[in-house]
Amino acid sequence: MYRYDEFDAGFVNDRVAAFADQVARRLSGDMTEDQFKPHRLMNGLYLQLHAYMLRVAVPYGTLSARQMRKLAFIARRYDKGYGHFTTRQNIQYNWPALADTPAILEELASVEMHAIQTSGNCIRNVTADHFAGAAADELDDPRPYAEILRQWSSIHPEFSFLPRKFKIAVNGATRDRAAIQTHDIGYQIVRNGEGEIGFAVYVGGGQGRTPMIAKKIRDFLKIEDLLAYTQAIVRIYNLEGRRDNKYKARIKILVHEKGLDWMRQAVEAEFVSASRDYIALPDSEIARIKAYFAPPDLSARASSQKFAARRMSDPRFAGFVTTNVATHKVDGYGIVTISLKPIGGIPGDATAEQMEIVAALAERYSHDEIRVSHEQNLVLPHVALDDLPVVYDELLASGLATANAGLISDIIACPGMDYCSLATARSIPVAQRISERFGDGPRARDIGALKIKISGCINACGHHHVGHIGILGLERKGVETYQITLGGTGDETCSMGTLTGPGFSSEEVVDAIERIVDAYMELRSEPGEDFLMAFRRLGMQPFKEALYETSKGADI
Amino acid sequence: MALWKNGSFTTDSWRAIAEGEDPPPAGHVILPLEWWLQERDAFANSNAPIGVRIEPGAPIESYLDDLPRFSLVALAFPKFGDGRAFSTAALLRERYGFTGEIRAVGDILIDQIQMMERCGFDSFDISDATTERLLRTRGAPAYSKFYQPTIGTAGDSEASSGSRPWARKKA
Repeated sequence: MYRYDEFDAGFVNDRVAAFADQVARRLSGDMTEDQFKPHRLMNGLYLQLHAYMLRVAVPYGTLSARQMRKLAFIARRYDKGYGHFTTRQNIQYNWPALADTPAILEELASVEMHAIQTSGNCIRNVTADHFAGAAADELDDPRPYAEILRQWSSIHPEFSFLPRKFKIAVNGATRDRAAIQTHDIGYQIVRNGEGEIGFAVYVGGGQGRTPMIAKKIRDFLKIEDLLAYTQAIVRIYNLEGRRDNKYKARIKILVHEKGLDWMRQAVEAEFVSASRDYIALPDSEIARIKAYFAPPDLSARASSQKFAARRMSDPRFAGFVTTNVATHKVDGYGIVTISLKPIGGIPGDATAEQMEIVAALAERYSHDEIRVSHEQNLVLPHVALDDLPVVYDELLASGLATANAGLISDIIACPGMDYCSLATARSIPVAQRISERFGDGPRARDIGALKIKISGCINACGHHHVGHIGILGLERKGVETYQITLGGTGDETCSMGTLTGPGFSSEEVVDAIERIVDAYMELRSEPGEDFLMAFRRLGMQPFKEALYETSKGADI
Repeated sequence: MALWKNGSFTTDSWRAIAEGEDPPPAGHVILPLEWWLQERDAFANSNAPIGVRIEPGAPIESYLDDLPRFSLVALAFPKFGDGRAFSTAALLRERYGFTGEIRAVGDILIDQIQMMERCGFDSFDISDATTERLLRTRGAPAYSKFYQPTIGTAGDSEASSGSRPWARKKA
């Protein structure tokens, strides 16, 4: 993985020192909260419902064991012993004291981490496929490009006061695990007719209150032009994006209102005219950054007898392998998803002890690599299948072996009204109750791949628009009401969910979800037809009937 | 109002003209762009130095032909969060080769000053009392490491850092 050189370290240290000074001025009363606000937001420090919240960047979701241990240390020393992994592959601490934040940033800097640009109207943490560098279906590792974008976008002098936040995702595999079509810019690595690697470029995707699927603005971009093209898009957005209404300020609205043709013309004209000085990427530099992400030295392992034997003898282990172990590009290895969705637990939360256990496992069994997925799970990307039994046993002993990756209880949920000052309803308790209803046992496995995503307000941080089943918590006359959408997905077949109809109370919503799931189980053509496939084949009507318990032709 | 330039407060030789006011014949006046566009014929035979004040959102094309006539372009920041003028300055310098003074006017945060310089601004008309106080007591933050090239002459003192062309270091 990427390592800071003296320049990178100096860059972060300078910013930490400046922030320490700003905090001191705030604490001494030399600065008001209003004056302090832009400074703290530059460093990922939010003021939430109950306390400050610090969001730490995990660039493209990649962590070493040493970094994970530091996150555990911070959780224990400066928070309440846990942290929350987010849908943007970051980690949030919900209870830091303002006076401690400079020390936390110093601790982070000591392991080459920071909280720069995890908030504010700037280019946020660049995200990527959490299986990058390991996935069998990968064309090229997206992380070197994400790293180059991370560097170039850090405290960008021109692009730190954009109309609104700006999110870039890079995917390098056939399956889109980075949800690039729901980002402001999505880069999909492709090979052109000449066999050359480059990017298909998508622009104007996003969720929030106006969900939009990104549109393809360019079929093929040469790698050397990555920064120049990004600059062109962001410059057009900075100049032309709406600033009169923060809810219409994302680039998706610009693309939608002006049209893709206008956008393409503007971006291409800017791209052609702009100076390439210093931002054209030389091959030598691409190669140098790529070397940091060189795959670990894994030699194919033919037989994995220990693995096969355990799989035969232990059905729980076999279940875990089916759901939580993905195919690795090297034979004899697997990609292990560590679910942070224990049944009845808080999605994405991990205790300091759990972080340390994951760090130790990564060191011993996964070439010192950990990933954070946008689905709020952790990943050990390079585990030999023969090591899986021992890894599983250790996960089991620490409450980390929930066998539900991709299943109905692997729920994305925003923090909701339990933490967030914007929320209009609670998300976490709903996630907990759904998770308890379906579990991670035979019933959940029988239901198969089903992504439930829950947002506690219209801003859609819980990605409900792209949930196979999406749940949106709203407040209606002082009461929490949950609307349900069906048929969304953030993958390469990206679609936004469709609203079923009237919402449900907190008491009713879990039963409502169960009616939808039961209908699917009855309607599917075969067990291999997952929920999304069935919904796409059947449409809304049968699910709506089941949900509202009406019969065909009845007036709804 | 105080003018910050090259790291210190300095006397302003320019005068901002409000809409409807008659500009003094000696020049060194900053005219609202609209005013200039309507009255520019009156300056046809004058060599007096002229500046224009441009609000964010005004298309560069509307004054591009007159650019050589301007000695100063004042780009307005109605709110510190309105970052359009960062790109306008970058385009004026990089694309259109404007070599006159580019001035930031309006709501400016102290932490924006170095960023503005790196986009091609060279003077700052400070109206915010806090920013002015901080500049007087502490000066503007001066970071030395950047991940982007600087536009304009402020970058002349910067060198690349290692082999990464996009990383720049103050010499």
